[in-house]
Amino acid sequence: MQEKKKVSIAPLWALIKRHWAMFLGAAIATIINVLIGFITPAMLAELFDYYLGDMPSRFPAYINNAIQALLGSKDNVLSNLWMFGLALVIIQIIKGAFSYFKGIWCAYASEDSAKHLRDRLYDHIQSLPFGYHVNVVTGDLIQRCTSDVETVRRFLNVQLMSVFNSFFMIVLALALMMPVNSKITIISMIPLPFMLIFSWRFFNVVIKAYQNWEEAEGKMSTVLQENLTGIRVVRAFGQQQEEVAKFEKVNNAHHQAGMKTAPLDALYWTSGDLFSAIQTLIIIGICITEAYYGRITVGDMVILITYSGMLMGPTRQLGRILSDAGRSLVALDRITQVLNTPSEPEEPEAIKPSLQGDIEFQDVSFGYEDKEGVLNHISLTIPSGQTVAILGATGSGKSTLLHLLQRLYEPSNGRITIGGIPLENIDRKHLRSRIGLVLQEPFLYSKTIRDNVSIAVRSAAQRDIDRAVRDASAYDFIQQSEKGYDTLVGERGVTLSGGQKQRIAIARTLMKENDILIFDDSLSAVDTQTDNAIRRSLQERSRNITTIIISHRISTLSQADIIFVIERGAVTQKGTHAELIEQDGLYARIYAIQKGSALDADHVSE
Amino acid sequence: MQYQEEQDFSKHINLGTWRKLLGYGAAFKGKFLVIALSMTMLAVSDVVMPLMTRYGIDNFVVPRTLEGLTGFLLFYALLLVVQVISIYFFILKAGQVDNGMGYTIRREGFKKLQELPFSYYDRMPVGYLMSRMTSDARNLGEAFGWGLVDMVWAVVYLLASIISMLLIDWRLTLMILLVVPPLAVVSFYFQKRILKSHREVRKTNSRITSAFNEGIMGAKTTKTLVREEMNSREFQEISSTMKTISIRAAVLSSIYLPLVISISSIATAFVLTEGSGLVLRGIMTLGTITAFFNYSLSIFEPIHNIAATLSEMQRMQAAAERVVSMLETESDIKDTPEVISTFGDSFHPKKENWPPITGDVRFDNVSFKYKDGETVLKNFHLDVKAGETIALVGPTGAGKSTIVNLLCRFYEPTEGTIEIDGTDYKKRSQLWLQSNLGYVLQDPHLFSGTIRDNIRYARPQASDDEVYAAARLVSAENFILSLENGYDTDVGESGNRLSTGEKQLISFARAILSNPRIFVLDEATSSVDTQTEALIQHAIEKTLEGRTSFIIAHRLSTIRNADRILVISDGETAESGTHQELMAKRGQYFNLYTNQFMEEQAKAVLDEKDHSSKS
Repeated sequence: MQEKKKVSIAPLWALIKRHWAMFLGAAIATIINVLIGFITPAMLAELFDYYLGDMPSRFPAYINNAIQALLGSKDNVLSNLWMFGLALVIIQIIKGAFSYFKGIWCAYASEDSAKHLRDRLYDHIQSLPFGYHVNVVTGDLIQRCTSDVETVRRFLNVQLMSVFNSFFMIVLALALMMPVNSKITIISMIPLPFMLIFSWRFFNVVIKAYQNWEEAEGKMSTVLQENLTGIRVVRAFGQQQEEVAKFEKVNNAHHQAGMKTAPLDALYWTSGDLFSAIQTLIIIGICITEAYYGRITVGDMVILITYSGMLMGPTRQLGRILSDAGRSLVALDRITQVLNTPSEPEEPEAIKPSLQGDIEFQDVSFGYEDKEGVLNHISLTIPSGQTVAILGATGSGKSTLLHLLQRLYEPSNGRITIGGIPLENIDRKHLRSRIGLVLQEPFLYSKTIRDNVSIAVRSAAQRDIDRAVRDASAYDFIQQSEKGYDTLVGERGVTLSGGQKQRIAIARTLMKENDILIFDDSLSAVDTQTDNAIRRSLQERSRNITTIIISHRISTLSQADIIFVIERGAVTQKGTHAELIEQDGLYARIYAIQKGSALDADHVSE
Repeated sequence: MQYQEEQDFSKHINLGTWRKLLGYGAAFKGKFLVIALSMTMLAVSDVVMPLMTRYGIDNFVVPRTLEGLTGFLLFYALLLVVQVISIYFFILKAGQVDNGMGYTIRREGFKKLQELPFSYYDRMPVGYLMSRMTSDARNLGEAFGWGLVDMVWAVVYLLASIISMLLIDWRLTLMILLVVPPLAVVSFYFQKRILKSHREVRKTNSRITSAFNEGIMGAKTTKTLVREEMNSREFQEISSTMKTISIRAAVLSSIYLPLVISISSIATAFVLTEGSGLVLRGIMTLGTITAFFNYSLSIFEPIHNIAATLSEMQRMQAAAERVVSMLETESDIKDTPEVISTFGDSFHPKKENWPPITGDVRFDNVSFKYKDGETVLKNFHLDVKAGETIALVGPTGAGKSTIVNLLCRFYEPTEGTIEIDGTDYKKRSQLWLQSNLGYVLQDPHLFSGTIRDNIRYARPQASDDEVYAAARLVSAENFILSLENGYDTDVGESGNRLSTGEKQLISFARAILSNPRIFVLDEATSSVDTQTEALIQHAIEKTLEGRTSFIIAHRLSTIRNADRILVISDGETAESGTHQELMAKRGQYFNLYTNQFMEEQAKAVLDEKDHSSKS
């Protein structure tokens, strides 16, 4: 966690500035609270020395005048002692009110900052380029969005004001104790710096132990999760004994790591208590001695002991927070890194033309950061309104080619036009909303099937949903499930098969208005019959729509107006089914494999 | 990690549940005792502290003498030492109990989970089980360790301070006690509300995590559907809810503490008013009033602790019930005591007594019903000679998987018997059967670790050469050696760094290495590329050689090669025979074959997984 490089304080400052008024209010409430906190002991001291004893008042004249104006003379107070009690309660209530305000202001400011960070992260992540999401490490990114935000929130909510509180408390206590008795004050301060440094340094050790513990917990849950999801394998191979031993190892490691935190925790807290015990003992000893020599009164003693006692908590806290604050800055830095990742650039001049035109790839090349030459000078034309099929081996670049059409990537060379308009002049969102792209492994949201189907449109009539679902051959299986359209998909709902997911993805794409439809091998998990049925209904549905299909099924490919064969980032064959089976090439080979293996299977049966 | 959350609030605390859990904490008796003892000492010394101040004021400061100061300071020091030591031990021991209870619950739970039948797993999503074993176990550990700490301190402190005050002045004591009932009411009310609101915050927080999860995993789809704005709007709804309820929770907490402190300040006010009068009349000393002043300031603490602990226990009641019910679930598939005494149980097998297995399998009039009464299999007969290959085909839900699960004794027949080598398999141990089984699932499951570990999974003692031979036999060696670290390549969590096809090949090698007599294969239909497809086909053939095999079949070639094909329909054998026989019959199989398998075959050959969008 603790990174060596310097992290900037600027993002934190920016967050505080957003709610400066509330933080200021909370700070003022904190100060007032600290001040009021010093009143009660002083009141008690005054009661003991002045009212009950025969010492002069400890307050300066102007305060005394105020008290007299409020409560009357000493005799009046003594015959109405309840006024003291009432004053005490009122002070407590005022203090309570300020601490309430401090609490809610801090809560409001920190919760709103957390919301602000979360919303910005969410929006920004969505606006990051497609390539970023292909390579993203999901776990790490989620951690930045959740636990790092939480760390920052906690800092703003609790720790920021605690630092302030501790600081003020120490300064004010010193200022108020010094006039009472400077010797005792100075002596009582001696343990404080030690405690601060100790608490700061030692807390880091404790935190490390807790991090080890959390790591061990992660390992333990991995073993557990794998065992539970693979319970069939465990049983089928009779490995219960070994699994128990394996789990015992990680469970025990986690246990041991936890056991290491216990003595550290105990030592950390006890050592603080030891410091304050020593301090208390010293002060009491000196106070009694000083009182014996008449240098302090009972009231002084009450003040000195109470005030110095009030210092211990904040000092210890200060040490802990100081070592925690570093972590908050690191967390915020990790968040800022995400927010600073460049997103897809805004293009205010981009146009939103009709996409009903020929699609032309002119000498297009493309490579990924870690993989060059995915597409090598490809040129091809897809006539408007036609159905085009693409066949290619794994890694041939065919999916990339189609991803370029939605501007999910930008070509490194050459250009793509639709109806003669260069793609880079067309607004990305417009492009994507008019081109229906069904990915091979579509993602369904954890919503109902109905919501998933209508997810790309603002509102949807049941009739349209029914039609899209029927056209995607998804109607039957949806109707067969218990809750029909209201079946919940995903984590907490049903697990759909690959083919079912693909069909819902097709239905949701059909819901919107498309000029171009692209199926990126997105019928791979449905059977051939369904594949045929879907394509038949597509043809009826969308006569004028340019349709591009990536497939490995000859039955699918053969029905296209034109077939392109792509190998190693280049078009190697082009033509109709009839033309291509006559040519020596990949297409004919695949065609032969199908026939050949069918023959082979027949042969076995003889 | 995010696990499914269940209902986590139960109305009443049921001590029986807690007592049962405490049974698992028997090992911690000593630690519980130390905690109780330290907390008692701490509470008593906390009560003595104000008395020390009183003694100091009345005996040294007011009379202005130093006589006996050394003794006083020594005693004071002793008291502080007792406190420091008590604090050290309670934190240490509570931490140990907290960890130890969690560890024990997980250990026992894990063992239980290894024994529980599949019918239990059918009911329980993995997410639920995970949350029992992780967050529930951890929270219960905390409740035991720290709950005891708070409770003992609060009760002892309350009693001791009342006694101490009564001994000094009963009238002032009663005045202080006057605020206890309102304090209790307020504390209980607020603690309940606060815990409830924290629970809401936690739930919303896990919704936020899910939303981020979905936002990130679905980002590519979102982009292609141009759904960014709607997603943002939906997310902002959740994040706004989070803000609102977090602030609401903060408001409750912000009111609570000032409120109880204000209430207890009323007690302080009484003490000051009454006490001062008594001091003036010379009945009470300054030391005594100081002591009462201090008592009145801390009277809310034990009340707060009790309220907080009880609310926490109430909150944990549901978790306690969940864990206890998991630990107490009885497996409905159990070896009889006689079987265990001869063959050992799952954790202590007596392999020396295990008879060798030939592989004859006989289903005799087997029926199977689920607990809810749904019949899946009816009067099923099947006689399989060792070495035969049986293919099971038929529509989803017809009962193919049930037959295989019964064979593996993942379930037991509700009627009839299953015999292995002529003996009812209930007369042998589960482990005996399962150690002789090979099982390859449609969705191959690997464990974290290296490829070598995974192949060796069923026989950890196998030599490297045996591992290589197994991999070679299923033609997995080529791809394994092409990886940077070869056999020592880390497969990632659940094998996620490998493709499905690669995982499948490794799961075949794993099955081969275990050298099972009976082999079960749930054949995959998932699309793997042509080359891998051929490799898997080859691996299947190698694996089946010479073993009794049951295959839930999708692939044409597997079915054609089978010695017998059973068409299962509605829990019964509709047709049975070789491929030729069944084709000649022109019945269900013929239809299935012509409609589905031809296409399956075509698809299998043509489908190539497309990786081009990735690097």
